[in-house]
Amino acid sequence: MIRRLLTHLLRLVFIVLAIAVLNFALLKSLPGDLADVVATESGAASSEQVAELRERFGLGRSVPAQLASYVGGVLRGDLGMSFRFGEPVAQLVLGRLPATITLVGLALPISVLLGMGLGMLSARRPNGLVDAALSLLSTLGYSAPMFWTALMLIVAFGVKQPWFPVGGIRNVTAGYTGLRDLVDVLWHLVLPTATLSIYYVAIYARLYRASLIEQLAEDYIRTARAKGAREGRVMFGHALRNATLPVLTMLGLQSSAVLGGSIVIETVFAWPGLGQLSFEAVRSRDVQLLLGVLLLSGILVVLTNLLVDLLQTRLDPRIRHRSLGASS
Amino acid sequence: MKRLLHPPLILGTIVLAGVVVMALLAQRLFPGDPMDMVAVPFTWPGQDETVPLGSDLMGRDLLAGIFHGARVSLLVGASAATIALTIGVTIGAISGFYGGAADAALGRITEFFQTIPAFLLAVILVAIMRPSIGTIILALGISSWTGVARLVRAEFLTLREREFVRASEALGASDLHLITREILPNALTPILASTGILVAQAILSEAGLSFLGLGDPNLISWGSMIGIGRDALRTGWYMSAIPGAAIMLTVVALNFLSDGLHAVLSPRTSLRNA
Repeated sequence: MIRRLLTHLLRLVFIVLAIAVLNFALLKSLPGDLADVVATESGAASSEQVAELRERFGLGRSVPAQLASYVGGVLRGDLGMSFRFGEPVAQLVLGRLPATITLVGLALPISVLLGMGLGMLSARRPNGLVDAALSLLSTLGYSAPMFWTALMLIVAFGVKQPWFPVGGIRNVTAGYTGLRDLVDVLWHLVLPTATLSIYYVAIYARLYRASLIEQLAEDYIRTARAKGAREGRVMFGHALRNATLPVLTMLGLQSSAVLGGSIVIETVFAWPGLGQLSFEAVRSRDVQLLLGVLLLSGILVVLTNLLVDLLQTRLDPRIRHRSLGASS
Repeated sequence: MKRLLHPPLILGTIVLAGVVVMALLAQRLFPGDPMDMVAVPFTWPGQDETVPLGSDLMGRDLLAGIFHGARVSLLVGASAATIALTIGVTIGAISGFYGGAADAALGRITEFFQTIPAFLLAVILVAIMRPSIGTIILALGISSWTGVARLVRAEFLTLREREFVRASEALGASDLHLITREILPNALTPILASTGILVAQAILSEAGLSFLGLGDPNLISWGSMIGIGRDALRTGWYMSAIPGAAIMLTVVALNFLSDGLHAVLSPRTSLRNA
């Protein structure tokens, strides 16, 4: 276990370093000297800020020395200043983190669970009528651009039937507190969560279907059936756990795509998370801020993979024992 | 040959062929700039026969936009997929063929690109390089090759040990010959089936970029049409609904095509799972 944690920690260090280097290269690739670029791109920097930047990037020195000082700054948590907001980038991105985690943290479990249910329905009789209908629906689900699904949901359930709020995280003017506020936030979560879920339910239904069909063809399932286990027990007691393992692996791999997708969703719903922040950064050409979002996203993805790994270890005794053997 | 009568495969091919024809005929059927005002703004579909799909809030013909937008979507989809395939196949082939240190180093690079959100990277690259169709294609290609690399690496790892490769090696074939003449042709089937998904993803990403205002400012695209329509969502939702339906139809067709090819050609691996 310790060894596995260590592997993830090393990955985290590697990713942070690599993103810092990439950030530096991207800043360097812009025409002009770094300070000019950041200042003019943002269009709102004062001359003191430009001087501060020159100091920060150490522009008089050699490129490797500049890189070292930039990466050193990143490792100390210094991501520079955002000109758009006039705040340290680190503070900004961390401040926007909870909203994104709430949205993704709600939508993903819903998607996996619903996808699991639909996958089971499909896998019971592959290529049957139910399976064909669900396959068609899921293809539609992951073929629609997410921002378009969002707009159509807004038209249907925010405009035609004004049941749900279509933007923001809470009703600011109402000034709710406590439980009432929580309900208000949940109410605002309905449409963004539904948008993300439509896409990811489709993805996970497809994955679970394939994974379950594979598992149901295994010998241990035949054994279970031969012993007289009912279909429900075969599915829930035997196949499901093993079919979940590859789906979890995919969940880890996809976590970066989920974060990428949240940019458009958050922009459409004015959801004050990392995605909306990166859109604002793009609009005002705040390069430093964009790169800060990139860094935090990378860290989040590595941590998600750590979580997935822990879950898999719990689900699969084979992984547990392998890791015990490796660390002893 | 009977296997080719896979319904989704046929349907996907027909729809995609339709989109290609639309792209080819765009200039002929709708000469002139699709961004020009040609009708009364907010004309609903079916209201005025000169603009069958209606007009947007600036009086632009939606049907002309759909035809011209098809060109952008297909061009970006095909070109970005080509770049992603080139990078992915090269990296995957070297990793799988040589293994060892090369594999470890390239594996690290692949892992890195898998960790940073592809769409965010594309957004940053396009924003830094200035939006144009060329930079969009480049950014989408650079950010979407990891799946192909993993797939090709896995294929190469198994094929590398097969007898026909060993035999060719024993006959003194060069590495380049082994990679391009012996192994790659045998790995082509899953790569081909995955290409449809790559193109579909690139089309979706281009639409997303254009929707966010990072499209080529001189070209009309389905994504930018939705972005424009968004400003009139309450009064004229058809302006965003129609181009969105075009994207969805095209992407469904590509997914059908990919699934169909996959079912017909090889039941083994799929890019979507990579």
